[in-house]
Amino acid sequence: MKYIDEFNDPQLARRLLDEIRATATRPWALMEVCGGQTHSIIRHGIDQLLPEQIELIHGPGCPVCVTPLEVIDKALEIAARPGVIFCSFGDMLRVPGTDRDLFRVKGEGGDVRVVYSPLDALELARRNPDREVVFFAIGFETTAPANAMAVHQARRLGLTNFSLLVSHVRVPPAVEAIMTAPECRVQGFLAAGHVCSVMGMAEYPELAERFRVPMVVTGFEPLDILEGIRRAVRQLERGEHRVENAYPRAVREEGNPAAVRMIEEVFEVTDRSWRGIGRIPASGWRLTDAFRAYDAEHRFDVSGIRTEEPAECRAGEVLQGLIKPTECAAFGTTCTPRTPLGATMVSSEGACAAYYLYRRMNAPAPQADGTAQQEVTPVA
Amino acid sequence: MPERLADVVDPANWTCPAPLRDQGVVVMGHGGGGALSAELMEQIFTPAYGNATLAGLADSAVLELGGARLAFSTDSYVVRPLFFPGGCLGDLAVNGTVNDLAMSGAVPAYLSAAFVLEEGVELSVVERIARSMGAAAEAAGVTIATGDTKVVESGHGDGVYVTTAGVGLVPAGVDIRPQRARPGDAVIISGPIGLHGVAIMSVREGLEFGVEVASDTAPLAGLVAAMLAVTPDVHVLRDPTRGGLGASLNEIARASGTGVRLQERAIPVPDAVANACGFLGLDPLYVANEGRLVAFVPPSEAEEVLAAMRAHPQGAGATRIGECVAEHPGMVVVATGLGGTRVVDLPLGEQLPRIC
Repeated sequence: MKYIDEFNDPQLARRLLDEIRATATRPWALMEVCGGQTHSIIRHGIDQLLPEQIELIHGPGCPVCVTPLEVIDKALEIAARPGVIFCSFGDMLRVPGTDRDLFRVKGEGGDVRVVYSPLDALELARRNPDREVVFFAIGFETTAPANAMAVHQARRLGLTNFSLLVSHVRVPPAVEAIMTAPECRVQGFLAAGHVCSVMGMAEYPELAERFRVPMVVTGFEPLDILEGIRRAVRQLERGEHRVENAYPRAVREEGNPAAVRMIEEVFEVTDRSWRGIGRIPASGWRLTDAFRAYDAEHRFDVSGIRTEEPAECRAGEVLQGLIKPTECAAFGTTCTPRTPLGATMVSSEGACAAYYLYRRMNAPAPQADGTAQQEVTPVA
Repeated sequence: MPERLADVVDPANWTCPAPLRDQGVVVMGHGGGGALSAELMEQIFTPAYGNATLAGLADSAVLELGGARLAFSTDSYVVRPLFFPGGCLGDLAVNGTVNDLAMSGAVPAYLSAAFVLEEGVELSVVERIARSMGAAAEAAGVTIATGDTKVVESGHGDGVYVTTAGVGLVPAGVDIRPQRARPGDAVIISGPIGLHGVAIMSVREGLEFGVEVASDTAPLAGLVAAMLAVTPDVHVLRDPTRGGLGASLNEIARASGTGVRLQERAIPVPDAVANACGFLGLDPLYVANEGRLVAFVPPSEAEEVLAAMRAHPQGAGATRIGECVAEHPGMVVVATGLGGTRVVDLPLGEQLPRIC
């Protein structure tokens, strides 16, 4: 794990920053698609170190942020049922549904558990044959193979008490949605390295060509991100729009064929709603008919739950890159991680939460009523 | 597939949900040592008890009693599993309260120990915990002078809970509390951070991080005495347990109306902790410690205090990690290794592992 230090080397970072500064002759707006990259950018202060001409727009690549309210309400409904063990990745527990979150369900007696892998949930199903174990299968192409594997294994083991609540989303249709939106300001993309480590790079040349944007597959350590930015800026300055791999230690052209095969065996492409964005055609996966028995929506008959999202905050514009989180009037005042108006403030990978956490110093001074600074007092 | 997605995706309707504000029930985050814990104090306990002593909100209360200055503290211990690498519920319960007293500069003297036992727990488990408490008390130089035992029905507890309270005497001329942080103070941590939290996670979640990580649980009264021997004018001491260093520094910044500026590269994070946090998407600054203290010391005394700490077994890894500043009052800011800055906020409740 020494690479953590090596990819965090201040001198190398300085050199890359100098190169970016020397290359950029005019302003450019790049979007990092992945929430993990957003987190890393803000955590290391990379956005403050870049030359003023380079603007980073934080994309809709946080799976927690884009899981629709409707699906979260279904999760809450299932998790509250007796006899259910509801398993989820940790950061989904605080995402607000219409009137509560999974923590609240847990507090009210629901058996909600944080797991680190869907295979842990599968093991719970094996050890609790008298309980229904449901795993909340959210995320992009990165988490889909393991979730597919869990279902595949459940069938192989003959487990009938295991199911997935699926809300998987795919990156390329989201890129397309962003680029076709009016007022789109994105001129180049840092493509999500972990997604490409699974899917490979084949889906991107067509998008790069059609929208004439460079797409640089980028990793997550500070130097990875700076290298991705350097290459994207270099392409823009030269008037190029190619797909480049700046993360070769993890990403091969063909991706991970075994993982892709697993996804294709278990999931099929479907339209998906994205929280804060709306329905994007062919932007998600659902279980195929052959695996319908493992679909929690059918098993628990929650397909009737329909939720209306009131337009309360501007996270949709943040996800499109139309505004920075700090440009939202609610930011840091009525909308904080304690009282999130939207999922982008809930997840630590959400652009608003990342900004709140690491950049509150630079935000407009909050109002005196209900400010973030005044909402907490010291505690023993 | 339509030719243009704009025909089917209407960005004008890109919206976000309404807030979820009041929980109305206790959630796990209320015990996480972060903002939710603070709200519980602020909204329920402090108004209900209403007294000036409680309002200080330090790790222990300092009381004038019979001509003496007495530090008084209590804490409940509900750790799972009961036994973990480097310690168990027993030494945690003794060291935790000893350290809360020591953070007022007090010399801990007497503890109480109250057990809540769940029906069905093996007596050998209770005995192991009690013996470790005895050994920890001896090591810390305190006497367990009183106690109590209650038993709850099977299924109504988590095996063993222990509550300890403690008293100790505060030496003359010592006034250590979070309100005393001053701009210019050196911020010192007594050793590497995050070991207890990662040790517990590794056994609780069945995760392996390459090497076995042992809890840092230890009594710190001796280390504090060594520091006070250099200067009685230590401004603030805190043992960063729940919520970690990040939560403790936020509490100090808010109580004193000062800012804290840390140098990220100076903060001692062991490889195993960095790896575990990297793997789980956690921040080491919020991971619990049980044998560390953070000190705010006047700059003129900092080097001498550091030397005294390094000469003590519990402070061998003491490091200056930053300073108290007049800027951004109430906020903790880290200068990152790359030269940027970020805010370290008070965590909400318990840290949650991230999806990716």
